[in-house]
Amino acid sequence: MSDFTSNFWPVFITAISLLGIFGCALLLWLTSKVKIANPNGDNTSGHVWDEDLREMNNPLPRWWVWMFILTIIFALFYLAAYPGLGSYAGKLGWTQNKQYDQEMADANKALEPLYSKFAAMPTEELANNKEAKAIGERLFMNNCSQCHGSDAKGSRGFPNLTDHDWLHGGSPEKIQETITGGRIGMMPPMAAAVGTEDDVKNVANYVLSLSDSKHDAARAALGKEKFAVCAACHGPEGKGNTDIGSPNLTDNIWLHGAGEAAIIKRINEGKVNQMPAQGGKFSPEQIHVLASYVWGLSNKTAK
Amino acid sequence: MQDLNIEANTYNDSVVRQFSIMAVVWGVVGMLVGVIIAAQLVWPELNLGLPWTSFGRLRPLHTNAVIFAFGGCTLFATSYYVVQRTCQVKLFCGKLASFTFWGWQLVILAAAISLPLGYTQSKEYAELEWPIDILIAVVWVSYAIVFFGTIAKRKVKHIYVANWFFGAFILTVALLHIVNSAAIPSSFMKSYSAYAGVQDAMVQWWYGHNAVGFFLTAGFLGIMYYFVPKQANRPVYSYSLSIVHFWALIFTYMWAGPHHLHYTALPDWTQSLGMAFSLILLAPSWGGMINGMMTMSGAWHKLRTDPILRFMIVSLSFYGMSTFEGPMMAIKTVNSLSHYTDWTVGHVHSGALGWVGLVSMGALYYMVPRLFGQKQMHSMKAIEMHFWLATVGIVLYISSLWISGVMEGLMWRAINTDGTLTYTFVESVKAKHPYYIIRLLGGLLYLSGMIIMLWNVLKTATSGKAATATIPAVTAHA
Repeated sequence: MSDFTSNFWPVFITAISLLGIFGCALLLWLTSKVKIANPNGDNTSGHVWDEDLREMNNPLPRWWVWMFILTIIFALFYLAAYPGLGSYAGKLGWTQNKQYDQEMADANKALEPLYSKFAAMPTEELANNKEAKAIGERLFMNNCSQCHGSDAKGSRGFPNLTDHDWLHGGSPEKIQETITGGRIGMMPPMAAAVGTEDDVKNVANYVLSLSDSKHDAARAALGKEKFAVCAACHGPEGKGNTDIGSPNLTDNIWLHGAGEAAIIKRINEGKVNQMPAQGGKFSPEQIHVLASYVWGLSNKTAK
Repeated sequence: MQDLNIEANTYNDSVVRQFSIMAVVWGVVGMLVGVIIAAQLVWPELNLGLPWTSFGRLRPLHTNAVIFAFGGCTLFATSYYVVQRTCQVKLFCGKLASFTFWGWQLVILAAAISLPLGYTQSKEYAELEWPIDILIAVVWVSYAIVFFGTIAKRKVKHIYVANWFFGAFILTVALLHIVNSAAIPSSFMKSYSAYAGVQDAMVQWWYGHNAVGFFLTAGFLGIMYYFVPKQANRPVYSYSLSIVHFWALIFTYMWAGPHHLHYTALPDWTQSLGMAFSLILLAPSWGGMINGMMTMSGAWHKLRTDPILRFMIVSLSFYGMSTFEGPMMAIKTVNSLSHYTDWTVGHVHSGALGWVGLVSMGALYYMVPRLFGQKQMHSMKAIEMHFWLATVGIVLYISSLWISGVMEGLMWRAINTDGTLTYTFVESVKAKHPYYIIRLLGGLLYLSGMIIMLWNVLKTATSGKAATATIPAVTAHA
């Protein structure tokens, strides 16, 4: 996209920029030419303010004039080499986007041999490969720890990656899929479908009973029937479904808060939660290494 | 009738006295808030878990208090003092001058209340919401009328160089404030900027950089051009240098804003122009330093005995240093290291504590005894102590932030052979902790010097009484 709305502006900018720079040079030249009258013969301008304020007629310091000229010359060369004068692209054809693309291409090329050796190795092997694990950990710390925490144990709203409880599946392929494309978890507000306020409370207690959490048994019994509308996603036994990312309600792991109040809130308001896609940031080989590291966090069988 | 004559033959110094005292008071307040937020960076618990005392709300309170309350009151006081004496006339429209004092204090009060409450336009150094912005504009236009009115009725033919700088500062700040603060109010105390996206960012940093250039540089150069030759009792070094560096400075500053937005969505050509003009700005900036420093020729020995002159000369050294550092940091390759780091914060403070702070203190120490009919400040020893506390404070402050800034810049860009970052962000935060303690210590020293100044100024003011300065008959031809 052009930065300019018409052909007038680049010409205008070029003109005032160059006029400005040459104006500085002209100012410097003219002032160094001007001879200031010296009526009192004391090397002052002869003006006096507030009884004793005077100014002398000393010439511009030479080194300072040269420094000024050098910066002007530098600016002119710089604007000839780099984009600056309106739509003129500069002799070097530099842009910040080109510089970025070039640096990324160079880096990726340099990294290719390192990651390609991991590409053929299966996840189970990578998870125990010291070098791959170290790289995976660094990738995780740079890119994942901001949400999932440095220990990968997550926090409210951000899943724990070490507990073997997977919303979207914990196979290496599924983890890769999650990292690459991101995930959007969506539970609609269910209050209307469940029934009255009392019904919602009963269902919440039933949900709590599934994991043997603290609950009101009488209410849980009443809520069981109403749980039918929840079963559509969470399954008749409340064990969830990794194909649609619906959480298991029986394992006493609560991503958005435990207890009756938190569950009632979810039933009433629903929840949309999102993990952003990382595919644009990494090569598939890098994602393979990262996914193996994440898989290894909860699969520590092999040593 | 005789009283009236005396009244007409004296300078209007009551408004100067008001602004001078408040400059010192606000200086203590603003620097205290600065020390508090520096402590919050060391011990985050000091945010107290309350929105009103959190860093995000106190930081703009600090910047507004030191720049506009301390710096602003100093500029009002000195410019009113200087313009009368170099024009040999009483201030134009004394009532309006008095309004600028009370109006400006109201602005400061409104800022001190609204910022902790969370009202902000989210523009750095222009956070205040639209009703306060309107008040600022009214006060500022009144200031311009008083200042230029005084210039217009002057009894001295030539306009003294200090007044060129004060004049440029007053005109430009009016322009900057009105353009950058343009916003559409959606309710009382809430508005949206008139500009969008990258244009908004560019207008903001055109404002931001020129706030430094005109409020904190041109205005204080005006101070320098009067008080340095006065205190040193020497003529200004070079009239031609004054001319070149004045015009080059006010012209070139206008272009330099884009260096705040290197490697962003700002078009490449705008960034390059900003960088080129920032480099050209070096010589015009140094012109002021040379003119001030060389004014000392033949009077260097006075530095040994005169702490007030020392404030001014060390101030010029910091001015020279930060105006060298600034163009260097505007170079793209340097900027890619320094941007977003503590180096920037250190750079600003070498200008703010070193240049603006010290030259203000020097000028106030010059004016206060004269305004209250005293020969000199209550305690010269206290001035001496203030000088050393301030100087050591500045050195600790800026050197610790140089180290922490360059360190975090290098940590952010360090890359392993596998393409990952060597350090996580939080590691760079942790590494800065010791330097934040040193910075806090520097700030504490600087603040304690300012508290000593407040005591000294109040002692001087209360042991003397408001002095009336008679306008001398115009004998000198100028």
